[in-house]
Amino acid sequence: MSFVREVVTLVAKDLRLEWRSRTRINATLFFALLTLLLFSFAAGPAQALQAANAPGYLWLALLLSSVLLLGESLRIELENDSLEALRAMAVDARALFVSKALTNALFCFLLGVVLVPVAVGLYGAEVKLGFPRLVGVVALGTLAIAAPGTLYATIAVQIRARDVLLPLLLFPVLVPGLLASVRASSLIMQGDPMGQTGSWLLLLAVFDALYWILCTLMYGRVIED
Amino acid sequence: MKRALNIGLPVVALILVVLGAYQGLVVAPTERMMGEVYRIMYVHVPTAMMSLLAPTIVCVASLVYLVKSSRQADALAEAGAEVTVLFATLCLVTGSIFGRPTWGVWWTWDPRLTSVAILWIAFIGYLALRRFVDDPDKRATWSAVTAIIISVDVPIVYFSVKWWNSLHQMQSSPNTVDPSIAAPLRLNITAWFVVFLALLWTRYRIGRAERDREESTPVGEPKAVLRMSP
Repeated sequence: MSFVREVVTLVAKDLRLEWRSRTRINATLFFALLTLLLFSFAAGPAQALQAANAPGYLWLALLLSSVLLLGESLRIELENDSLEALRAMAVDARALFVSKALTNALFCFLLGVVLVPVAVGLYGAEVKLGFPRLVGVVALGTLAIAAPGTLYATIAVQIRARDVLLPLLLFPVLVPGLLASVRASSLIMQGDPMGQTGSWLLLLAVFDALYWILCTLMYGRVIED
Repeated sequence: MKRALNIGLPVVALILVVLGAYQGLVVAPTERMMGEVYRIMYVHVPTAMMSLLAPTIVCVASLVYLVKSSRQADALAEAGAEVTVLFATLCLVTGSIFGRPTWGVWWTWDPRLTSVAILWIAFIGYLALRRFVDDPDKRATWSAVTAIIISVDVPIVYFSVKWWNSLHQMQSSPNTVDPSIAAPLRLNITAWFVVFLALLWTRYRIGRAERDREESTPVGEPKAVLRMSP
């Protein structure tokens, strides 16, 4: 099978699996909404403060819930030795990575698309440059989470203390991605008189490209026996 | 040769650090703007340099491991990671103490501070990963992959935070610093470099010995013995 067909088949498999139960995405969605709510309690009732911090809260909620999604997406592969079976079928490790990371990016993105209007409403924020641009940032930002996230989740699910280790490994690496996502989102939400959004998006795109390439290349070593 | 290194490196390191401290604390003149406070620079600058040198070694050793699967490279990467955490801790602590009287704050979101802090926490994650994996080959591979991901990240952190915010002074070069201040600094950098080598070498030897022991004992057996004894 060609690389693209392998990826498509694997993504379809993951989506079908998720569609049949829908528990993972549902539970994560409510976790994310709860996190947004908790941030507003932590910040206090001052509307102006909440509106100013809305982009940060949005991305933190998205990041925290993505970790749950990532861990689960690899855990199901270890049940019944599915990962072993995929390896036995001589599936290209790079195709396996790209498909897993794409599915994870898609779920995180969908989560983000739901969270954006909720965050805007809940914190009384504005989106001065329009929702489509903000959704674009969500797409780039979730791609940034998905690549190193999928690779680290594959390592973490195979060892003890996986729940602590995944964020401990992932969060430091995601700092530039998170910073760029928050800055770009807040410029889009609060207005960008100096035209700085572009440079943050560029940084985010470079981050995405670097980690997607690097993780695709190294994934074979991570899942080898 | 190895014996000479085992004993020689720590001894030379100790002598040089004592000489460096004497030069820095007594011989070097008082600085015009900062007064005596600046003397912490004689520890801060060398530890900052070593906290960047050490992860470079980890990155190179990890690349070598991924290509050649050599046990030596893995042991060197492990040693380098521990030395990284040690020197990054020293760098952050001395930097904080230096920052308080000169900048008026213990901490600021400066690119260099932030990237060393991220480096520090990322390598703590790296060491935690190593502790949690029992299989030596998997541990070596996974930690090599992690080290490379961290190495790519740190420069991006630096630039992203630089765009975000900045306060740290530009690096001084020996040309902008009076020789009476620069000479003790050179001595201290050499001293801390030898400390770095001594620690790296010692930890590398321990790592090699651990690898040899792991190979000679089957996985799980020592635990069974431990469980039986009261």
